Amino acid sequence: MELFLLAVGTIIIGVFGCVLWFWGSNFVLDSIYPPRGPNAGENIRRASTIRPWLFLGPAILFLGVYLVYPVVNSLWLSLLNGSSTRFIGVDNYTWLVGDSKFQESMINNFFWLLIVPALSTLFGLIAAQLTDRIRWGNIGKSLIFMPMAISFVGAGVIWKLIYEYREPGAEQIGLLNAIVQALGGDPQTWLTLQPWNNFFLMIVLVWIQTGFAMVILSAALRGIPEETIEAAVLDGASHWQIFFKIKVPQIMGTIAVVWTTITITVLKVFDIVFVMTNGQWGTQVLANLMYDWMFRGTPDYGRGSAIAIVLMVLVLPIMIWNIRNVRKEMR
Amino acid sequence: MEGMAGQKSSLTWAVNIAALLLVILWTIPTAGLLVSSFRDRDQISATGWWKSMVAQEQTGFVRTGGADDQVQDGDLYVLEGSLVEEGQTLAAWGTSSRDPGAFAPGDSTEVDGATLSVAENGGYRLESTVPFEMRRGERIFVVTESPPSFTTENYSRVLNAEGIGRAFMNTMTVTIPATVIPILIAAFAAYALAWMEFPGRALLTAAVVGLLVVPLQVSLIPLLRLHNEIGLGKGYVGIWLAHTGFGLPLAVYLLRNYMAGLPREVIESARVDGATEFQIFRKIILPLSFPALASFAIFQFLWVWNDLLVATVFLGNTREQLVMTGVLRELMGSRGGDWEILATSAFISIAVPLLVFFAMQKYLVRGLLAGSVKGG
Repeated sequence: MELFLLAVGTIIIGVFGCVLWFWGSNFVLDSIYPPRGPNAGENIRRASTIRPWLFLGPAILFLGVYLVYPVVNSLWLSLLNGSSTRFIGVDNYTWLVGDSKFQESMINNFFWLLIVPALSTLFGLIAAQLTDRIRWGNIGKSLIFMPMAISFVGAGVIWKLIYEYREPGAEQIGLLNAIVQALGGDPQTWLTLQPWNNFFLMIVLVWIQTGFAMVILSAALRGIPEETIEAAVLDGASHWQIFFKIKVPQIMGTIAVVWTTITITVLKVFDIVFVMTNGQWGTQVLANLMYDWMFRGTPDYGRGSAIAIVLMVLVLPIMIWNIRNVRKEMR
Repeated sequence: MEGMAGQKSSLTWAVNIAALLLVILWTIPTAGLLVSSFRDRDQISATGWWKSMVAQEQTGFVRTGGADDQVQDGDLYVLEGSLVEEGQTLAAWGTSSRDPGAFAPGDSTEVDGATLSVAENGGYRLESTVPFEMRRGERIFVVTESPPSFTTENYSRVLNAEGIGRAFMNTMTVTIPATVIPILIAAFAAYALAWMEFPGRALLTAAVVGLLVVPLQVSLIPLLRLHNEIGLGKGYVGIWLAHTGFGLPLAVYLLRNYMAGLPREVIESARVDGATEFQIFRKIILPLSFPALASFAIFQFLWVWNDLLVATVFLGNTREQLVMTGVLRELMGSRGGDWEILATSAFISIAVPLLVFFAMQKYLVRGLLAGSVKGG
């Protein structure tokens, strides 16, 4: 109950504080430069050069402190030793390159990047195409989209139940092993089965991301001008030809957007690995490795930051690509 | 032409079946968890959840009473009892482990000179003309059928005992301010970026887009140290601030895109009428932007509610402070095999996001499209 009051109190204080800031600062500005009287024109001009910064102030402060400063600071910390007391140059990075866990993480991350966006986009495209053509399509869409709302941890529990293992011959309570056993195979402990266990973790993310891909691709498919499809039908194109040669090329831009968005999610994937294997049995990934170095007995901030910077460098191309796209659009 | 029509309908069938398959494939994992959370502990570990809908056959044995339990009925010595528990029905029974289902209910047989008869309702009667002398009873093998049974006991147990109730409140406490505050801050910033003229506007917009993809991991160490240095430490205020910062780029970006698309005439005419920027924002922009505000609110709500990383770093790890994802993670470690507890806790933690999702799906889709499809 106390907690509840604290939360309500914070909302009120937070919201009230924001409103007070915006309203108050604007009020002050308007009284210093009143938009009437002898100097009205000059005052309005002056006020309108200051006002945008009042509106933007809190946002810039937050973005600066919580996103820009950490990037710069991480870069600096990655050049210091574990307790950030001594400058050691690029030692953390040379250590990283030689570390077997880091190499394992890089290889795993590479496969995650290869497989998850590809499968999610593919399934998303199939789901979009199928659900757009049937009467109960909207219900189908919501159900495929639903995993989006489930936390990675929740998804971890859900899929752990599917991968659950019992002795061969025993009654299997995990769906996957039950199917394998019914088909005459031997049940496996999927999450320790190297190197395939990585793939079983990836499936969880594919399951979550497919809905996202489907929603966006379905909107793009609907946006294709009817004429191009009609022309193809008149020319006698088959369904497959229409789909692959007419529709897919026209939504290539959207496919690229979906692909890169999922790529970013994949790079940051942490919870799934953390709760299902915690990087054991050859499933380590960068995000989890970074967490490891940050929270082991005595945290090593230097190495942790170095891994974070590697992640940052990996998303950099996407960041630049995004910025260029947006600037092109704004022009 | 007939061939064409036939082909068309068979294609429709194929599409329907393929779509159905896909939907089933995507729904089954969650359905499994939901069903499991309503089963009792023994059943979960005995059979797969997909078998919970049908009656379950189990084989076991029951021991009759021993010599001490016999009663005299005329000149017969009798042992009586039941082979089934409440709720079960008897499918078959037997006297040897090699063939536990040898007899049907209602049959009788000879056991060591005594007559054993089993009634339809599972009651047995062992009668003999000489007194029984065995100390331990005879074994009777039974094949029983339990009807599908579901229970809400797991839920009451988990909510009270496993700290999930407390964690639910903690999650609420984290989520609501962390959703409301960034919306306010972002709305003002987005309005400035969309409708005010000032030098550096394009640069700032580009910066927001760039910050959209900054990996959270980069922020963890510097911010943890910063929070410790300024005395904020680990606690709710810290996590609210952190989530506000992390949510802002998407909020500003979504809202700016939406506001930039509002009709210019409305805003211009309000300016001509002498409305101040603050009035325009509050009376025109905010109400018109409701769909975009709702979209972002849902995103941020889902993201904060489902987050594990930020909560583990910026909030303490004691029982009193854990959020639901944190508790769930702990349970996965400590009670990995107790599926009734895991499934139920997981379902409690995903119930609220699922509700929000189904109720406000329209806004979620709209937000996704505004954020991802160029010009959409």
